[in-house]
Amino acid sequence: MTPVLATALAILIGAAIAYILGFDPFVAYGALLTGAFGNTMAISSTLAGAVPLALAGLGVSVAFRAGLFNIGAEGQYWIGVIAAVWFGYHLTGWPGWLHTLVCVVAAAVAGGLWGGLIPGLAKAYRGAHEVITTMMMSYIAIYFGQYLIAAGGPMHAPGYNAQSYPIRQDAWLTVLVPPQLTTAVFFALGTAVAVWWVMFHTTVGFRLRTVGANARAARYAGILVPAYTVLALGLSGLLAGLAGGVQVLALDHRLMWGFNTGYGYTAIVVALLARNHPFGVLLAAVFFSALSTGGQNMQMVSQLPSSLTDVLTGLIVFFVAAERMVPLAIAWYRRRRGVRVQVAAAGEGGREA
Amino acid sequence: MSSFLEVVDVHKYFPGVKANDGVNLDVRAGEVHAVLGENGAGKSTLMKLISGLYQPDAGEIRLEGRPVRFGSPRNAIRAGIGMVHQHFMLIPALTVADNIVLGDEPGGIRYKRRTAAAQVRALSQKYRLEVDPLARVEQLSVGLQQRVEILKVLYRRARLLILDEPTAVLTPQEAEELFQVLRHLKAQGTPVLFISHKLDEVRAVADRITVMRAGRTVATVPAADASPQELANLMVGREVVLRVNKPPRTPGDVVLSVRNLSVTDAERRLRVRDVSFEVRAGEILGIAGVDGNGQTELADAIAGLLPASGGQVAFLSQDITRLPPGERTRRGIAYVPQDRQRDGLVLDFTLVENAMLRDVSHPPFSRRGILQHRPARAYTERLLEAFDVRPRDPDRHAGDLSGGNQQKMILAREVSRDPSLLIAVQPTRGLDVGAIEGIHRQLLRLREAGKAILLVSLELDEILSLSDRIAVMHHGQVVDIVPAETATREQIGLLMTGTRVGESEVAQPSNR
Amino acid sequence: MSVLTNPQLWASTLAMTVPLALPAIGGTFSERAGVVNIAMEGIMLMGAFFGVAFSYWTGSAWLGLVFGVLMGGLLAAVFAWAAIRLAADQVVLGMAVNIFASGLTAFLLNTLFGYEGTPPDTPPLPFVSLPWLGPVFSHQSVLLYVMFAIVALSHWFLFHTRIGLRIRAVGENPLAADTAGLNVWRLRYAGVIVGGMLSALGGVYLSIGILNSFDVGMTNGRGFIALAAMIFGKWTPVGSFLASLLFGFSTALGIALQGQGVSPDLLSMIPYVLTILALTGLVGRSTPPAADGIPYTPIR
Repeated sequence: MTPVLATALAILIGAAIAYILGFDPFVAYGALLTGAFGNTMAISSTLAGAVPLALAGLGVSVAFRAGLFNIGAEGQYWIGVIAAVWFGYHLTGWPGWLHTLVCVVAAAVAGGLWGGLIPGLAKAYRGAHEVITTMMMSYIAIYFGQYLIAAGGPMHAPGYNAQSYPIRQDAWLTVLVPPQLTTAVFFALGTAVAVWWVMFHTTVGFRLRTVGANARAARYAGILVPAYTVLALGLSGLLAGLAGGVQVLALDHRLMWGFNTGYGYTAIVVALLARNHPFGVLLAAVFFSALSTGGQNMQMVSQLPSSLTDVLTGLIVFFVAAERMVPLAIAWYRRRRGVRVQVAAAGEGGREA
Repeated sequence: MSSFLEVVDVHKYFPGVKANDGVNLDVRAGEVHAVLGENGAGKSTLMKLISGLYQPDAGEIRLEGRPVRFGSPRNAIRAGIGMVHQHFMLIPALTVADNIVLGDEPGGIRYKRRTAAAQVRALSQKYRLEVDPLARVEQLSVGLQQRVEILKVLYRRARLLILDEPTAVLTPQEAEELFQVLRHLKAQGTPVLFISHKLDEVRAVADRITVMRAGRTVATVPAADASPQELANLMVGREVVLRVNKPPRTPGDVVLSVRNLSVTDAERRLRVRDVSFEVRAGEILGIAGVDGNGQTELADAIAGLLPASGGQVAFLSQDITRLPPGERTRRGIAYVPQDRQRDGLVLDFTLVENAMLRDVSHPPFSRRGILQHRPARAYTERLLEAFDVRPRDPDRHAGDLSGGNQQKMILAREVSRDPSLLIAVQPTRGLDVGAIEGIHRQLLRLREAGKAILLVSLELDEILSLSDRIAVMHHGQVVDIVPAETATREQIGLLMTGTRVGESEVAQPSNR
Repeated sequence: MSVLTNPQLWASTLAMTVPLALPAIGGTFSERAGVVNIAMEGIMLMGAFFGVAFSYWTGSAWLGLVFGVLMGGLLAAVFAWAAIRLAADQVVLGMAVNIFASGLTAFLLNTLFGYEGTPPDTPPLPFVSLPWLGPVFSHQSVLLYVMFAIVALSHWFLFHTRIGLRIRAVGENPLAADTAGLNVWRLRYAGVIVGGMLSALGGVYLSIGILNSFDVGMTNGRGFIALAAMIFGKWTPVGSFLASLLFGFSTALGIALQGQGVSPDLLSMIPYVLTILALTGLVGRSTPPAADGIPYTPIR
């Protein structure tokens, strides 16, 4: 099913659910819209939330393009956060821009190694399915992060809360539009252009796409499929790690409790809805970020729980995956009509006889 | 003897193909009946009609005199028709007994595993098909797996056993054991229908032989009376070979030299055994043979897609046996693979992208790793023009093209690189006459231009009309290499069955 | 070492095993039939929520259990329909189910019960003590004993019944099963739906087995640990149970060792590390059913 149709259908079903439960769907969706785009603050939050979704979504889409399902972007994201934070408070006396750059690069490299090394090699040389390995690596990353900042952990900052030392302020990203929109947004835009350029304008991107589109033809074309498998998962992890690094430099400035952001999971949905096109990823990221920020407002204004947006997301993914529903429904409709025609014809025949 | 199964004037059409066009068959109770024919003669369509996978468009199938129509394989099984498929329908992770009784297991809710094993044991003793019911199928040899397939059919009380190319995957010893089993079944009164393209084994095991050619049954003869020569003639017909007007050429230097090459496939089966030949500049070497006798594996190995397990491949006097496929392409080996949609093209890519598929790291397609879209597009446009690929739109996806144009696209890409050697595997498979002629013209033009060409084809006519010399493969070996000028269909047909003609009219090739 | 001899550790190990073993066996049923199932987490949430809801509405925890399991089965049936009939990507579908279920249960919790959570007078399932089996079995949820029965029954069902043989057959080679006269689709539906009901029972355990309330996201990733247990248990009920026991033990040990210098977080990684090792063949290679995840469309 086309992403637009899937989204429309999901929104319709959401409205029906709200209506059945005694809410006014127009009020609810109206509040959602204003909550996401109603004023500069709302737009600032929506765009800020879209940045990590876009970056991680680009990562997931690169793997998809190579025929691989990176379901572990969440863990790669947190590995990126960890690396950025570590360099963020360990380095001293560096110029601010360079310090930022080091943190960002560290985050990307760490995420890339996390995604590419073990899942990539396991897939390429041991045949272990990347869906399971990336997922498992994801949980390992999350527990590793929790270990680092728990009391007694190597990055634990003194105090009651489980959190790390903060990144030095000179490395923070600059706020452009309060409260949340920072220069991180340029990372997202720039990365989207870069991914687009690499995928469609370089030989490496061409080979990655060839492996994804037809691995047998790729072999025939002389492409080393295992190497490109590792590369694809590595790039994918790199972008998810970048998402984590940029986000922590922009907003939280420290590794802390609150691992349920789920950017890495939503990133998969973003890539699916965008059909893996880099610029589509930007759009889809804004859409899902808007659902999330607008959902809060919807809950305040109309009392309709913001978790409805998760229901919508689930439905969208389901409809996008179940694209065969449309031809099936059409065939079913035709058959039913055919039966009706037959029944009518039989009825007439009966009368004649 | 009464007829058990009769097929009366059956026709089956597919879009553009008359797969069965007047088929008559009569299998009598208690006989082994063979259906003999070349690939594409319509044998497997006939089997699918009998086993309920297809419905005939015209004609009738009778079982013990009564007309029958099977809506599905299940009905055919119920009527007592037991089909042993060429590709085994087995579950490797389960035991022999599990596989045999599956779908009709002993027991109520509980699966009586021991009863199943006992039943299988009894069955295998009754039919002298020794196999351990408790072994896992994945541990069995191919020959034993086939026994399991036969037992599966017998367990369902099949009254007619159909075997589709049963010896294709067997060693000669295993095949001989299979024949023993068939003779034993016959002795017990179960008729057997045996599909094959192998003359010798058909003669060895069948009572009567029905020969198919081009969708029709041409004759039914008692096996005892049939000479191999006669059967071969019936199989291939006696049509005049269309000779393409082909100017004589003196072959140039050796371009490709294959020495004692052996190749195993992905399943570790030995597919090419100790093959040696040479191809010279300006020469077309045709590789003839029945499908599955190692031709595609040979081509893959020369192109670098399958590793050689022994022997040597030399190209332009350099050993390339261990080189990766990309490097071989770079050195001037072009390859038109057998499966154009799965290997040769990326159907979701545009024609520009498909044009650069194998050469993306070189100009005009890229420079220092960056794609050069405009030059690549212009180049593709010229390619489409020169090779008359339609539609002449480089932005169309390869999947939108007809089969003939897809093949032209592949040939264009491979040839435009100005290679020294072209390997073409079944380059005209599934194409219409016009497209076939176009491809043939291209191949001859390349020959004129002094390229070495290795042409693998199942079409005997194609091989005979295009080749300068013909190598015939059987069971992974080159049976003989003969000059095309003096070769006849009958001679090649016999060689394809592994029978080497004794007469000295076969010139002993100098490079063997 | 006193930690290891403390019966409390073993009691909590068993308690932690139930909500892993049930969905792991559930996943085993689905994948043995050839449908990749990463939706255990979402289906557990459905079971957990509707278990509490129906327990409260009907006043009977047992009816809560029945409806919780049925709702999980319903969601699994929708998943199965899309995976089998529509041949949709099973991993993407599984994700959709997880997101949908986590949203739906949170949404219904707030719309049906308000923002204070489920009512405190919701009846829970009974606890059963078998003191003669030792202190480990004092005060355990009745579902612990149900789980033991399910482990045994599932093993018997998959490996000793006719339908179990058929389910395994369609997961290994649906074409061969089809030519043997089996109905591939129906068997796959059965595997996914029965598996879904078992996963939902794991969710019911969390909400009315050991508590009497539902919290948003209360499964807390157990569906994914169950996935790991299923793989580490080599796609068998008994193996899934033993792997769950091991994973449950590592969690219980983490809690027992809290404040003693051993990081519970590092112990929590064990299931995932072991799973990767098993998949790459470094610890007793684990291979999925041959046709796992591949939709089947009959010819004809």
